[in-house]
Amino acid sequence: MIRVALPAHLRTLARIQGEVELEVEGPVTLRSVLDALEARYPMLAGTIRAHGTGERRPMLRFFACGEDLSLESPDAALPDAVASGAEPLLIVGAIAGG
Amino acid sequence: MSRVRVLVGTKKGAFILSSDGKRKQWDVSGPLFAGWEIYHMKGSPVDPDRLYASQSSGWFGQVIQRSSDGGKTWETPGGSPVIERGRMPSGESNKFVYDVSPETGKPLRTHQWYDGTQHPWEFKRVWHLEPSLADPGIVYAGVEDAGLFRSDDGGQGWHELAGLRGHGTGPKWSPGAGGMCLHTILLDAGNPRRMYVAISAAGAFRTDDGGHSWLPINRGLRSPYIPDPNAEIGHCVHHMAMHPSRPDVLFMQKHWDVMRSDDAGASWHEVSGNLPTDFGFVVDVHAHEPETIYVVPIKSDSEHFPPDGKLRVYRSRSGGNEWEELGRGLPDSNCYVNVLRDAMAVDRLDSCGVYFGTTGGQVYASADAGDSWMAIVRDLPPVFSVEVQTLP
Repeated sequence: MIRVALPAHLRTLARIQGEVELEVEGPVTLRSVLDALEARYPMLAGTIRAHGTGERRPMLRFFACGEDLSLESPDAALPDAVASGAEPLLIVGAIAGG
Repeated sequence: MSRVRVLVGTKKGAFILSSDGKRKQWDVSGPLFAGWEIYHMKGSPVDPDRLYASQSSGWFGQVIQRSSDGGKTWETPGGSPVIERGRMPSGESNKFVYDVSPETGKPLRTHQWYDGTQHPWEFKRVWHLEPSLADPGIVYAGVEDAGLFRSDDGGQGWHELAGLRGHGTGPKWSPGAGGMCLHTILLDAGNPRRMYVAISAAGAFRTDDGGHSWLPINRGLRSPYIPDPNAEIGHCVHHMAMHPSRPDVLFMQKHWDVMRSDDAGASWHEVSGNLPTDFGFVVDVHAHEPETIYVVPIKSDSEHFPPDGKLRVYRSRSGGNEWEELGRGLPDSNCYVNVLRDAMAVDRLDSCGVYFGTTGGQVYASADAGDSWMAIVRDLPPVFSVEVQTLP
């Protein structure tokens, strides 16, 4: 079970309360987790990764276990604690606007 | 008795203002999509319960929302969970991908940037949604960077009408201060093959074949602040309006100048007349009098507020040139708001109602064609757009 914590606006958009819990088949990577997230909640497609390029939107970052994973390869394995569900993958919006 | 529903898009959400035909008492609901920018919200002319909204965010990009019950509930088209294993996520309702395929014959990837260099065409947001006049499932979207998209399935899937960007002048289009946006879409009720669009800062364009091929229609526009004031394209058109009964007659609020065309855009002439300033953003046409038009003069291109701090609508009953000041019920002093390009609309009741929203969060209504005004609300977030539905 993979746990994902979303920014408030995306929780509202997907009508989610609290963390999302996902089953991911195969290697647990940013790409496989986001694929599973968007498959469960298609309205989130394009809001975290750009349509077409699949690149992270510029004002979002990925964190887990106290580490900034934003610049990691989307195919790199996520920390064991994320893969085991002990720690969530955090999707965080940049602080901007005042 | 007829009713009206005013759809208001703001910087921090959407609001729906409802009243009976008297238009004196108003019910205000919202904010919908709180915290998100709602550039535009509009209802289908053939199914008033079908509404579309453009929801966007600098963080999370574009979302399309749709309602089938007049705004009580909303959905992201195609947003239901995918059940089939192995199926890729859909999320098509916010998938605006420019057509650069060789099949169009004119793949186009760059346009002119402020400094004159070429710049990649990048999708940013939907500025305007225009539902079809005949089918509630068909809707057009004008987007930034400028392009025109169409959905045939209620806003779930979108395809570009690429002939607009590809007709030849696209590489010379450049952004205005608000970005390079396609903000106006006018559909011809008598000729479903014809439509008009306007782009800042490229100009106006017309198709006569349903969006396959396009023609710049800017002859007569004069913009002294661009290298060639009479250029075929490059004019900063702020908004256009048309009366449904006379689709060949167009009115335009340009960056400066209020303009009129009597030949479907083939030529334009200025009708600014006695306006105190002919800079502004909105222009609209009375529902029952095709020669009665409205603008809100704004002081200048750098001072985006009314002259002398006095908010005024100007009305011409002669299709331009002769304008009368309308101010009963509007602020007489210390008013420094703007009225953005999609923030004026008219209803279709016997005594035509006129509505506009301001960057100060007020939405003003006139139930007597502009003779007098009242604020429906005063303290919304900055208003981006106002549309009106006249309901049975």
